[in-house]
Amino acid sequence: MSQSAASNAVGQKKPLNYLTDGTTAMSWLNTRDHKRVGVMFLAAVTFFFLVGGIFALLVRIELLTPGPTIMSPNAYNKLFTLHGITMIFLFMIPAIPSGFGNFMLPLMIGAKDVAFPRLNLASFYVYLAGALLAIGGMVAGGVDTGWTFYAPYSTTTTTTVIPVLLGVFVLGFSSIMTGLNFIVTVHTMRSPGMTWGRVPLFVWAIYATSIIQVLATPVIGVTVLLIALERAFQIGLFDPAQGGDPVLLQHLFWFYSHPAVYIMVLPSMGIASEVLCGLSKKNAFGYKAIAYSSLGIAFVGFFVWGHHMFTSSQSTFAGGIFGVLTMLVGVFTAIKVFSWIGTIYGGSISFTTPYFYICGFLYFLIFGGMTGIALATMSLDLHWHDTYYVVAHFHFIMVAATVMAFMAGLHYWFPKIFGKSIPETWGMLSAGLIIVGFNATFIPQFLLGNAGMPRRYYSYPAEFQLLNVASTAGASLLAIGFIIVALYLGYALVNGEAVDNPWESRGFEWLTASPPIKANFEVMPVYTTEPHHYVDDPDQEKRHVG
Amino acid sequence: MSAEPALAPTQVTDDGAETHLQHHFQDLNVQADAARLGMWLFLSTEILLFGGLFIAYSLFRQVYPEGFHAASEKLSAEFGLLDTFILITSSMTMAMAIFMTQKRKKNAAVVLLLITIALGFSFVCVHGYEYWRDIQEGALPGKFFHVEELADKHGAAMFFTLYFCMTGLHTIHVLIGAGILSVLTYFTWKGHYTPRYMNPLENGGLYWHLIDLIWIFLYPLLYLIA
Repeated sequence: MSQSAASNAVGQKKPLNYLTDGTTAMSWLNTRDHKRVGVMFLAAVTFFFLVGGIFALLVRIELLTPGPTIMSPNAYNKLFTLHGITMIFLFMIPAIPSGFGNFMLPLMIGAKDVAFPRLNLASFYVYLAGALLAIGGMVAGGVDTGWTFYAPYSTTTTTTVIPVLLGVFVLGFSSIMTGLNFIVTVHTMRSPGMTWGRVPLFVWAIYATSIIQVLATPVIGVTVLLIALERAFQIGLFDPAQGGDPVLLQHLFWFYSHPAVYIMVLPSMGIASEVLCGLSKKNAFGYKAIAYSSLGIAFVGFFVWGHHMFTSSQSTFAGGIFGVLTMLVGVFTAIKVFSWIGTIYGGSISFTTPYFYICGFLYFLIFGGMTGIALATMSLDLHWHDTYYVVAHFHFIMVAATVMAFMAGLHYWFPKIFGKSIPETWGMLSAGLIIVGFNATFIPQFLLGNAGMPRRYYSYPAEFQLLNVASTAGASLLAIGFIIVALYLGYALVNGEAVDNPWESRGFEWLTASPPIKANFEVMPVYTTEPHHYVDDPDQEKRHVG
Repeated sequence: MSAEPALAPTQVTDDGAETHLQHHFQDLNVQADAARLGMWLFLSTEILLFGGLFIAYSLFRQVYPEGFHAASEKLSAEFGLLDTFILITSSMTMAMAIFMTQKRKKNAAVVLLLITIALGFSFVCVHGYEYWRDIQEGALPGKFFHVEELADKHGAAMFFTLYFCMTGLHTIHVLIGAGILSVLTYFTWKGHYTPRYMNPLENGGLYWHLIDLIWIFLYPLLYLIA
């Protein structure tokens, strides 16, 4: 495969790229270009990440003292709901698939666009509409159910639940549209030579994610509709007084929402594979193992939802089965982790900001994952159920790990997307701050949960205050870290030095110029090697020979 | 790579099908494959959407077998049969419309599509009449349920909750389907679809068949368990 497209672009005098080819507002709002849709998604999810982060900080400030600090108990309930719904539905689920996935997936398989460009743009607007409904409902009236909408509270509380439920329903459509689009794109739009064995690992991860998005999301769609009907007409499905069953709601809810956790973490694993290969200058060790274990996680993920109901009327036998199936996820994850270690081994590592973030990702993935195995053990879960231990566990794995990978992707692909370099010193500094911040925030919460502090509570006994203050201090470190990132990325966007492929990566997305031209490739690529093929590099060859 | 699709010598190439080829697809065959795969994936999401309700149905039928049995007797199996007949016939006319398009018989296709839409609306009318009868008798979902003779049957109200949710969601789908078919009829009449380019029509047909298929499961589960 020639890298002509990339090298041609360097010599010429500023050829048009997808950013400069049409600069009116309409050319963005009405675009069919997957790259622009991806960038718009990235901007939107980043915005909601900041909003959700502010809510999180407010929650942490309230928990500084055992009693009331800055808000009433009702306001607190609404605030943690706002934090959860914003972060899960508006940031974590769309962040990597709809943002980076949209931008990179067609580039990586040598396609001109996704299979359905109009559907892709529609997905963005549907996302905005859903966000408007959900946020509007939460701001106008407030919702205090938590993001899980458990009945009977969600069907009886006086807050404005219905608009938020409809918001979640609409957001689901966006998720399905994007997932469907990606599956069809991967199946039908691969360039000549792009065999299944050469599909980059990020694409494999997004593909597995898309399967979950398509197959799980409809179930939460019908679930939130039923909750809305229950509220509006008291149809009785989830009302024990009418012979209904509130636990049925939990089953339906978690049938989506547990796989949804893998919607968040599988794409992160994809980014980890790309960054580790690109910055270690080696193709993945155990390419097939990494690719298939993504599908394995997607598959097993559908059969673990019962571990959310160990304490709610589920039989011990069913609980045991769900527990063991849950641990299988750990097996697939371990396959990936060991393969990544094998990838790093003997590589020519450039320890830069994305690499630093991926190290953070591995740490949070491993420790978050191991606490997950502990929680999947029913006898232990009885002790930790609904405590801060669970909060810390899922913040480690789906927040810290996902955000680490998101930040790694942002730094690794920033030159690809905008053609600008980022200040390395500030990058490393803030990455350090953020990694320390996540630990400082959530390690105290593991301890609090183990000591018995229940989640969602507004007040707590005075002896828990020290650890709560530590956790809030950690959260402020995180805030400072992210403010630094926002500042230098804003600066780099305007003043960054023009670069093409600063990592000298041979991932397939780098085969075209940075930023890419509107049609992606000058000449449609024909692939003859696997991605990250560095062996013809003399240094690498030497290592391989001995 | 080849830019031109491989054509059988007998195939007509000046039918305007190429004007429907979007720039990012290699050829019409790939585009048709993509459209078909996308539609099948979408249909799987529809099945899972209804799946939540089928799960709820199986749970409560297990819990309240007698209530479900007694409540199902309130429904008219004859009307249900009429519903089924209408929908299966409409699926047949839909398939015939696609066949006629393949045979380049545009007018026949348009007529068949119109019949399909009309059958869809008559299904909605028959079902609307059934709803009206249920409401008259007090066979309403959940809290509003007040059928004297079923007052002591646990779960009868739950049956009607599920009956209204499942058939209601299905009827909404019939209406959406009829709307989609109306648009497709217009474009068929305008001559957009040819044997080499008819993905929208085929996909509309698939959607219509799925609606039919879901009804084929709903009919026995709701009307015939008495």
